[in-house]
Amino acid sequence: MARAVPVSAARTGARARWQVRWRKWRSGYLFVLPSMLMFLVFLFGPVLWSLLLAFQDASLTQREWIGLDNFVGLADDRVFRKALVNTLIYTAITVPVHLLVSLILAGMMKPLAARWQTFFRAAYYLPAVTSVVILATVWRWMFNPRFGVFNQLLDLGAVPWLARPNLALWAVIISAALTIPAAGVVMYSAAMGSIPADLYEAAGLEGAGAVRQWWDITVPLLKPTTLYLVVMYTIWAFEVFERVYIMTGGGPAYATTTIVQLIYDTGFRDWQYGVASAQAIVLFVLVGTAAAIQFRYFRSDVEY
Amino acid sequence: MLTTRPELRRMNWSLGKLVVVAILAVTTMISLFPLFWMLSTAFTPASSTIKTPPSLIPLPESLADPTSVPTWVAERAYVPTIENFQRLIRQTQGLVWRWLLNSAIIAVSITVFHVLFDSMAGYAFARKQFPGRNVLFWLLLSTLMIPAQVTLIPNFLLISRMGLADSHLGVILPGLADVFGIFLMRQYMQTLPKELEEAGRLDGAGDWQVFWQIVLPLAKPAAATLAIFMFMRSWNNFIWPLIVLRDGAKYTLPVGVATLQGEFSTDVGLIMAGAAVAAVPMIAFFLLFQRYFLQGIRIGALKG
Repeated sequence: MARAVPVSAARTGARARWQVRWRKWRSGYLFVLPSMLMFLVFLFGPVLWSLLLAFQDASLTQREWIGLDNFVGLADDRVFRKALVNTLIYTAITVPVHLLVSLILAGMMKPLAARWQTFFRAAYYLPAVTSVVILATVWRWMFNPRFGVFNQLLDLGAVPWLARPNLALWAVIISAALTIPAAGVVMYSAAMGSIPADLYEAAGLEGAGAVRQWWDITVPLLKPTTLYLVVMYTIWAFEVFERVYIMTGGGPAYATTTIVQLIYDTGFRDWQYGVASAQAIVLFVLVGTAAAIQFRYFRSDVEY
Repeated sequence: MLTTRPELRRMNWSLGKLVVVAILAVTTMISLFPLFWMLSTAFTPASSTIKTPPSLIPLPESLADPTSVPTWVAERAYVPTIENFQRLIRQTQGLVWRWLLNSAIIAVSITVFHVLFDSMAGYAFARKQFPGRNVLFWLLLSTLMIPAQVTLIPNFLLISRMGLADSHLGVILPGLADVFGIFLMRQYMQTLPKELEEAGRLDGAGDWQVFWQIVLPLAKPAAATLAIFMFMRSWNNFIWPLIVLRDGAKYTLPVGVATLQGEFSTDVGLIMAGAAVAAVPMIAFFLLFQRYFLQGIRIGALKG
């Protein structure tokens, strides 16, 4: 009896403590609940579902486990290999061009008055606020062989850019490369602004010219921003879809089919959910590798 | 501070300055050319669109007379017209206004839900103590690595099973699983002083009151930024509404404009008029709220 008292007291004490704690925690859980539900239903669930579909022969009418057959099929699929190669070519050209252009433009804008910087930033960003669908629609018209302004301004004659398998991918790449990478300019401008001015003063006293200072001070100190931009532009390039869908629809003869265009075709034209999911998983691996680096960037602080 | 920078002094060297200004001017023109060309074609009479050399110079009717201007101008001149827009409305039986309305409904809904849910979750992650908080937050951030294309097929199957295929709600709901807003709100709310919340609590305000009446008003700048870039993201979203929506009367503007190309492929003036209708609201929106976009660019939520 004498021993029972402390036990039950401890029990009620523990329960009370839990109640106090739960009351403290409850509001936190309630506040994240709506977002968590959305993530659970429309993101975490679907990702797992997509993993399952990738191992099934799934279409509108049937569903059957086939192990790795979808992935094995992709390895032998000429169209999928073509899509991979097209996407990699697109990425390998547009990413370095975007990076170089944003670095140069940000450097050139830096000494200008604030209102001019705002003006150029706005002029570069303005096209990006309209959907890529709109811009690609215009580019398709500009690449029109006879009446398109591209051939006419460059006096090239009636080059059928989008109809020739050996030219179409280049037309798509040209349209992307001639888009000024506004995000890059903005990011580089911000990073350049936080480089201490005395570094340049010291270099100036030692007689280093503007280009020299740019190369020896600015470029190395921008490395974290460069890394971030490489990752972002690489992901965006891997995921290129609207530009291709509108300009060429992936043709002619799969000359411009990219991974996402192929996922769309496989999933929503041929209704091969299993194969399309396997293609999406491959894209996931590609993007995930690039994004893992971006993820680390979010955690690391940059100091000068 | 800017004036002490050595490269600015060097900028007075006029040739260097001239080169910089020239390059910035040329890149500005390259950047804006597609939008200019879209508007130009949209206002060009159909007869002047398909001809060589292209009509580039808008002239009022009184000046378009070949006798009053040099031949090279007259050859490239056109009298601006709104006939393309009239034809667009007539040929689509006014659907283009429906698309505008649909885009607005979807973008506003996604924005409102995001601002509310993301503020709540951001508040919990910034202020509340509960087990699993950090794990949950990093789990959410890790979704940045998942390309949206991975969830296309499962989300389409899910939406279909929920009976939401071909509905605006089906476009809206999956758009709510997006981590950028939570990240943005959490970062901002961490910087707010805690004293006001504590004072509110001493006055007997409950958790929801503290959030709704104290924290949310303080977080208005971040909420405004979030609202603006969410609106733009959802307005320009393409692949998801393209997949979900079947009925032409339910299309959003980008999807509608994409279909114009298939239906009226030879009528470039009409297509460009459609593109202009889709682009102009976003351009106006950007010019009004320019400064809010920077934050969206910096966290990688806005492409460019």
